[in-house]
Amino acid sequence: MTRMAATRDGYGQALLDLAGNEKVVVLEADLGKSTKSLHFRKAYPDRTISCGIGEQNMLLVGAGMAASGYIPFASTFAIFTERAFEQMRNGIARPNLAVHLCGSHGGTHTGTDGSSAQSIEDLGIFRTLPNVVVMHPCDDVSTRVLTMQLPALGTPSYMRTARNKTPVLYDGREDEIKIGKGIVLKEGNDVAIVACGVLVSESLKAAESLKAEGIHATVVDMHTLKPIDGQLIDTIATRCGALVTAEDHNVIGGLGSAVAEHLVANTFAPLEMVGVPDRFGESGQADEMLEVMQISAHYIALAAKKAISRK
Amino acid sequence: MTKSISDLEEIARKCRVEIVKMVHRAQAGHPGGSLSEIDLLAALYATRMRVRPDEPKWGDRDRFILSKGHASPGMYSILAEMGFISHEDLKSYRVLGGVCQGHVDMKWCPGVDFSAGSLGMGLSFGMGCATAARLDGSDRRAFVMIGDGEMQEGSVWEAAMAAAHHELGNLKVILDRNRIQNDDFCEVQMRMFDIPAKWKAFGWNVKEIDGHNMTEVMEGLDFLEAPENCNGPSILIAHTIKGAGISYMENNPSFHGAAPNDEQFHQAMLELGEVEA
Repeated sequence: MTRMAATRDGYGQALLDLAGNEKVVVLEADLGKSTKSLHFRKAYPDRTISCGIGEQNMLLVGAGMAASGYIPFASTFAIFTERAFEQMRNGIARPNLAVHLCGSHGGTHTGTDGSSAQSIEDLGIFRTLPNVVVMHPCDDVSTRVLTMQLPALGTPSYMRTARNKTPVLYDGREDEIKIGKGIVLKEGNDVAIVACGVLVSESLKAAESLKAEGIHATVVDMHTLKPIDGQLIDTIATRCGALVTAEDHNVIGGLGSAVAEHLVANTFAPLEMVGVPDRFGESGQADEMLEVMQISAHYIALAAKKAISRK
Repeated sequence: MTKSISDLEEIARKCRVEIVKMVHRAQAGHPGGSLSEIDLLAALYATRMRVRPDEPKWGDRDRFILSKGHASPGMYSILAEMGFISHEDLKSYRVLGGVCQGHVDMKWCPGVDFSAGSLGMGLSFGMGCATAARLDGSDRRAFVMIGDGEMQEGSVWEAAMAAAHHELGNLKVILDRNRIQNDDFCEVQMRMFDIPAKWKAFGWNVKEIDGHNMTEVMEGLDFLEAPENCNGPSILIAHTIKGAGISYMENNPSFHGAAPNDEQFHQAMLELGEVEA
């Protein structure tokens, strides 16, 4: 049976695994229990800085520490990272200080808290910042592996994690996971589905249902939205001739936009974008939200057929 | 080498000349806040900052964060006086490719530790520097200069609360209380009521001085460094005059962000004793 886990747990584990590097510090804004930095705090209280409920301050404390030789990992809910956008822009991205920001509980999948907590624009806004790497991994293993690669990056990053459990895809496959490199999870020549985060497993489900109809889909986990793996997009666009993107994010600005930006300037192929249809969410269970927002496996499969019809 | 009060006053005078020259040359920039802060910067850099101009990235240097980063001519002038940059470099103020960017920038100018420009950010950054120093077991300090109008940014108070909570005795703030912000006097734009009481209530050590009286400035810096004030963060509230030293700029909101014309420039040089009448 497929193991289920939340990506935020992978983040929390990675912080512990990174603790051997004494320059790694953790910054919290009163949500360590939720983002899972609490495990680091318990083990290394001296290297954990509570910033209270003050995200703007937290990010720039991180910038000051990064400028002083530390490797800060700051986390809060994805939605609250947005109120510190200008701090991220002017205080971190502009001077290229390697502060690593994690926004947990991103997307409508976060569920019953409702629209105020369902960040659907975080990936898009951080993607617009020069120097910032943007990631949205799909399972706890890849979240852990990607987080552990961040100190070597030397540039700032934003990673969205999710509140709820999703199928674990990478047990024993840690070596395949690298920042900036999309992962082909399934090979097929009719259409390529490029997904991130919680919609990666939905995309695999969609590929199964398409297979029953004789349609063979490639499925890519594009955990890194920026820099986007353009080489892989070219390869699958050439092979399949039609693409679908799938993300729990506004259809404006996120993975779909990143793939489209690459396609129009390189290997052109029809693209259908599955994402939150430029509307706010509401309270509901995670699986219900995927249906309400029209981003579940069913809608991904529909989009795949539409993309094929446009070849 | 110890500096006398008159030595410091002369450094500040020379800096004022450069400030006016920079802004006049660029026909843009922020003279008012540069002139209000400069006596404080002159004394701080010439007598307190543990820095190495020939090794600007020395790890254990004191950090200075100009949070009111638009008042960059003031900082550039003292950096040139200290030898971090040359006086020739000052000509690059606001010029494409110049080390003296419009707002002070750590990526462009030696001796600058913070890329400023948006108000309300420097104190948090300074808190990060102070926290890092503590973790390193270093006795280096983080000095942060903020403006009074800047205190209208809510993020300043996030940082003020957090720095006191963490008892960051190595974090020292100098408030340039020049009473004027971009559009008008602070009193018109947004009253701030009892500023010392606000900082005290946030848990800070507080002292007020006349920011243009060099003897008081030195006493104020003594206060920031005093061991009994290293139990937590401290703030020196320096009452200053926007545009101080140039008669027509003093207390004149028009010179927050405007350059003097040629005639005004000549008058400024006269008043600063650079040319004879």
